[in-house]
Amino acid sequence: MRPRFQLLDKALIERIVGEAFQLIQNPGVRVAPYVVELLREAGIRVENQVAHIPEAVARKTLESAPRAFSLYDRAGNAVVRYAGDYVHFDPGSSCLNILDAKTQQARPAQATDLARLVQVAEMLPQFSAQSTAMVCNDVPPEIGDWYRLLVVLWHAQKPVITGAFSASSLHTLLELLAIESGGADNLRQRPRAVFDVCPSPPLNWSEFASQNMVDLARAGVPAEIVSMPLAGATAPVTLAGSVVQHAAECISGVTIHQLAQPGAPIVWGGAPAIFDMRTGKTPMGAIETVMLDVACAEVGKYFGLPTHTYMVAGDGRLIDAQTEMESGMSAELGALAGINMISGAGMLDFLACHSIEKLVIDAEAIASAHRLVEGIEPRGESLAVDMFAQTGLSGDFLKLKETRALFRKEQHFPSAVVDRGLATMDATAPDVVARAAERVEELLSSYRRSELGLEREKEMLAFAQREGRKAGLSGLPGICASE
Amino acid sequence: MPEETFFAMRQSIIDGAPEAASELAQAALAQGIPPLDAINNGYVPGMHDVGEQFALGQMFLPDMMASAEAMRAAMAVLEPELTRLGTERPLAGVVVLGTTKGDIHEIGKILVGTLLTANGFRVHDLGVDVTGEKFAAKAKEVGADIVGISALLTTTMRNQKGVIEALEKADLRAQVKVMVGGAPVSRAWAQEIGADGYAKDAISAVALARELMQQKAQGAAREPA
Repeated sequence: MRPRFQLLDKALIERIVGEAFQLIQNPGVRVAPYVVELLREAGIRVENQVAHIPEAVARKTLESAPRAFSLYDRAGNAVVRYAGDYVHFDPGSSCLNILDAKTQQARPAQATDLARLVQVAEMLPQFSAQSTAMVCNDVPPEIGDWYRLLVVLWHAQKPVITGAFSASSLHTLLELLAIESGGADNLRQRPRAVFDVCPSPPLNWSEFASQNMVDLARAGVPAEIVSMPLAGATAPVTLAGSVVQHAAECISGVTIHQLAQPGAPIVWGGAPAIFDMRTGKTPMGAIETVMLDVACAEVGKYFGLPTHTYMVAGDGRLIDAQTEMESGMSAELGALAGINMISGAGMLDFLACHSIEKLVIDAEAIASAHRLVEGIEPRGESLAVDMFAQTGLSGDFLKLKETRALFRKEQHFPSAVVDRGLATMDATAPDVVARAAERVEELLSSYRRSELGLEREKEMLAFAQREGRKAGLSGLPGICASE
Repeated sequence: MPEETFFAMRQSIIDGAPEAASELAQAALAQGIPPLDAINNGYVPGMHDVGEQFALGQMFLPDMMASAEAMRAAMAVLEPELTRLGTERPLAGVVVLGTTKGDIHEIGKILVGTLLTANGFRVHDLGVDVTGEKFAAKAKEVGADIVGISALLTTTMRNQKGVIEALEKADLRAQVKVMVGGAPVSRAWAQEIGADGYAKDAISAVALARELMQQKAQGAAREPA
C-alpha cells in the first residue's frame, strides 16, 4: 500500500470546486488584451478586461487538458512523469541571493554559483529535474531569464523547470531550448523544460502571464501554473478560501491555455502561502502553508491533472534546526500527497536565498520521503515466521540470507551528511553544515559535464554571444566552453 | 470633558472603529475642541498605543489596518477644519510613497503612510504599480524630503533600484532620502541598491523617517543604510 496524506474529503473538494467555478464567472478573472478575442470566440463574455467564464466552457477545457506527459533528459529518456501520484523534486527557482559557501552569509548570486548548484543537483538522484535556480546578478537584468536557462542547459542533462520574466523573452528561451533539442519539433515531441507562469493574486492574468500561457500552448511546450494566494493578504484568510482562489486561478489558466491549443500539456501548480499577521512575511515552512500546498494539489488531482507545488524551502536565514525542521517536514508531506513536481529544495529565508549546502541536506530529506512513500511491503511468503523458523529464539538475524538479500530494499542509506554514528563521526566530527560543504565538494569533483555535440554547442554559444551583446554582456559567465 | 473625549478617541483607534473615530471628531468640532488638540491628545496617542502593542506582538496586521482606517476617518473630518483655521500641524516632513512597478500590493505601504501621517508627516501615496518616473515626478512636484518604496515580491523588489535611478536621472537624489521596505527586502538589499534606509515594519519606518529628516537637516553626507 502506498501511504497517503489527504486533507480534504470529496465533499469539501466539491464545495471548493463549486465556489471556484462561481468566482471565475463572478467577479470573473482579469485578463490581458492578448487573450480577449480568444476567449470571446469561445463564448466567454469579456468586459473591461474582465472575463466572466461560464462553468461549462471551463469544464470542457479541463477535459481537453492532458492527464499525463513527460519531461525528457538530454539523452531522450522520459525521466519526469507528470501524472497520477508520481513524485519528483527540483531545486527552488529564481533566487536573488546565495548563502556563500565559505562565510555562510547571503550575497547576490552570480552565474558561477548557478553553475555550481546545477552541477551538484545533476549528481544527486533525489532531483529528477533542474531549475533555473538563481538570477545571475553579474548579467544584465533584461537577459536574466534566458541566461539562467543557458547556464542550466550547458551543465545539465536533466530536464528543467524554468520560466520567462516577460512576454517577449519567452521566445528567446524557447529558441535556446530548440537549439539544444535540435529543433522546435524535437522540443515539442520530447520537451526538455516546463515553464512556470504566475497569475497575480487575486484572479489576474496579466499581459505577461496571459501571453506566456497562449504562446506556450501553441509552441507545445508544457506550462506550469504557479498560483500564489497569500492567505489573509491577497487571498481569503481561511485556508479553504485560499484553496478556492487557487482553484479559480488554475481553472481560468487552463481555460486560456486550452482554448489556445487543446491538448497542450499543462500543470496545476502553485506556491501558496499564509501571510504572517505579525510580520507580513510569507513563511514557506509554516504548517499552514504546507496544508495549502497539499490541499491545492488535491483539487488538481480531483480533475485528474498533473500537479506541482512549492515545498521543502525553510524560512531561517541560515542552515539551522528551524530551517531543516521545516524543510524535512514538508518534503515528507509533499511526497505523501503524491504531488508530481515539488520545487523549493535548497531555499531559505522566505525564498530570498539559495544554499548549495542546504540542497544536499534537503536531498537527504527527499531520499527519506521517497523511502516513506514506498511504504511497508510484505516480502516473501511469510512476514516473520519463516525467519523465526531459522533463528528460533537466538535473535541471530544478522546472518540470515534473507537479511542480506533484503536489507538494501528495506533500508535507505543516507550520505555522510547525516550522522549515523559512523567511525569518522566522533565528537570532534564536523557539524552538519561542514559535512554538507564536504559533500558539495565531493559531488563537484566527481561531476563531468556531458557535451552536447560540437555543432549544437557552437550554435548555443553563438546564440548566447549574439543575444548577450545586445544587452552589453561581454563574455559568458558561468559557461566554460570546451572549444 | 475633553479628557473623556480624548480617551474615547484614543480607544476608537485602538478598537479600529472608523465610524466611532469619525463621529467623535465631528462631535469634538461641534463642541469647539481645537482639531489639533483632538489629533495630538486623542487620535495620535491611540496610534502610538497600537504601534507599541504591535511591536510587542499583542496586535497584528489586521488590527493595524483597522486602526489605520479609523485614523484616516478621523483625519478626514479634522483636516479640512485645520486648513480652514490655518492651524496646520508642524510638518515633520514630506513623503512620497508607492509600491513598485509590477506590484499591486499595498498593505504595508498603507500602514507606513498612516503611521507617518499620525506622526506629522505629509504623505502623498501614489498607490500601486508605480514607475520610477512617476515617483520622481511626484517628488519634484511636492518637494519631497523622502521617497518610500514598497515591494512584496522578490521579482518586483528589483524595481526599487529603478526608482532610485529615476530620482538620479531627474537630478533629485541629492535632496531626497530614499527608504525601502516590503516582505522580501533586507538591509543588505537596501545597501546594494543605494537606498538611505530600510525599515522592517511600519513602526520602524516612522523612526527611520525621523532619522532621515535629521540627517537631511544636518546636511549629513549620505550614509549607507
